[in-house]
Amino acid sequence: MKPFDYVRSHDAAGAAEAVAQGGSFIAGGTNLLDLMKLEVMTPDKLVDIGRLNMNEISATDDGGLRVGALVTNSDCAAHDTVRRDYGVLSRAILAGASGQLRNKATTGGNLCQRTRCYYFYDPVMPCNKREPGSGCHAMNGFNRIHAVLGTSEACIATYPGDMAVALATLDADVEILSAEGKTRSVPVRDFHRCPGDEPEKDNVLEPGDLITAVTLPPARKGSHFYRKVRDRSSYAFALVSVAAIINVEDEKIASAALAFGGLATKPWRDPEVEEVLIGERPSLELFEKAADILLADAKGQGSNDFKIPLARRTLTAVLAEGCGMEAPL
Amino acid sequence: MQTTSLHINGEEHTLKADSRTTLLDALRNHLGLTGSKKGCDHGQCGACTVMVNGRRINSCLTLACMHDGDEIVTIEGLGAPEELSSLQAAFVAHDAFQCGYCTPGQICSAMGMIEEAQTGWPSYVSETLDDLKELSDEEISERMSGNLCRCAAYPNIVRAIRQIAKETE
Repeated sequence: MKPFDYVRSHDAAGAAEAVAQGGSFIAGGTNLLDLMKLEVMTPDKLVDIGRLNMNEISATDDGGLRVGALVTNSDCAAHDTVRRDYGVLSRAILAGASGQLRNKATTGGNLCQRTRCYYFYDPVMPCNKREPGSGCHAMNGFNRIHAVLGTSEACIATYPGDMAVALATLDADVEILSAEGKTRSVPVRDFHRCPGDEPEKDNVLEPGDLITAVTLPPARKGSHFYRKVRDRSSYAFALVSVAAIINVEDEKIASAALAFGGLATKPWRDPEVEEVLIGERPSLELFEKAADILLADAKGQGSNDFKIPLARRTLTAVLAEGCGMEAPL
Repeated sequence: MQTTSLHINGEEHTLKADSRTTLLDALRNHLGLTGSKKGCDHGQCGACTVMVNGRRINSCLTLACMHDGDEIVTIEGLGAPEELSSLQAAFVAHDAFQCGYCTPGQICSAMGMIEEAQTGWPSYVSETLDDLKELSDEEISERMSGNLCRCAAYPNIVRAIRQIAKETE
């Protein structure tokens, strides 16, 4: 690990100001320290925000919920209101990492976790995300875990998380404090970026921007699902995951919110997939049509081609379950 | 250099160390508490699991200086060879290890896990998100998936944990 200065922060505004001049925030640190040991990330200063007063979950005036950025993943998943009204979020968090990691990892940090692309993680290899302009060796290399949606010529790294996929279905917002002391709110769906020709930018945060909370609107009507397909049944990243909130009324799909993990360069939500379902009578043909729309632009790189049919099967299985139908084989 | 005050197994320690020192390295190399083990050093194997402020975490993925004033419990704080804790005794009785390298992490993790389950926390394999009613073997395996055992003593690890979870219900 490269040497760095360590500073404990006592106020959010001071922390944002300090990091605007260089370095990084640290809260749980479970991803950052892993990357620092490998010298994938080499901040010269760590500003520890772990003891700032941002670890509460509270009701909002509009009937929603505000989850402080320092609420641990464990506490968020176990919170009574989250379990009762935002089940997809509890399920997604519990599908990720291990008990030990969830006890340390925070809500804000989880949103900022980096890709697990093998080439990004290996400083000896070229990687446009780690070292802009150096090239992408995943493109014609080992790319079994890589993205099939939202990729660019510069980068095909998969967004690795589960929590943000659930937050996308919930229409959550990210509350951000800037180094200038201004607070703004960004929908989770717009928080992460597709790589384009700037793959080094995972999200819309500017230097010094500090995530202070995630806010959830009032609970959506419907049944909540998070289905994760992976190489082993626990403690592994998603090959494909589907977060879904599905509401069926009078034998028709009244509403559907669907987001996908493991498939794309960011938590993926495609309004057209939902539009084709809404107002329709559930059927396997309809679900196939939704999958056609989702995967119309999907592009495999060889070893990850299997993700395209896997996403189709996972989506149709979740929709069937959500509509109380027998799952197709 | 950072000066950090750590409460470990009921004793006060003052650590003067490079800011890069992980909590695991502080325990093992600076304070002589070598019960916590370094396996992967990347949070993947769980051999370094300790309790911090009542919660199990990976001590390899956190800096010692982040824990000024925190309460830390390691395997040395749970029991001693002549005075085993109930979990340690159950691991012996059920032959829940072969080489033993992962065992301190397994036991610290199990201690935290049993408390989490008794608080009612659901897991990925729980049918509903209601308060957990029964800690089945499937629940134990899922909740312990952050602890690897390369000797694959898993069946007996589950048996040992199941016994203690039932006794402390």
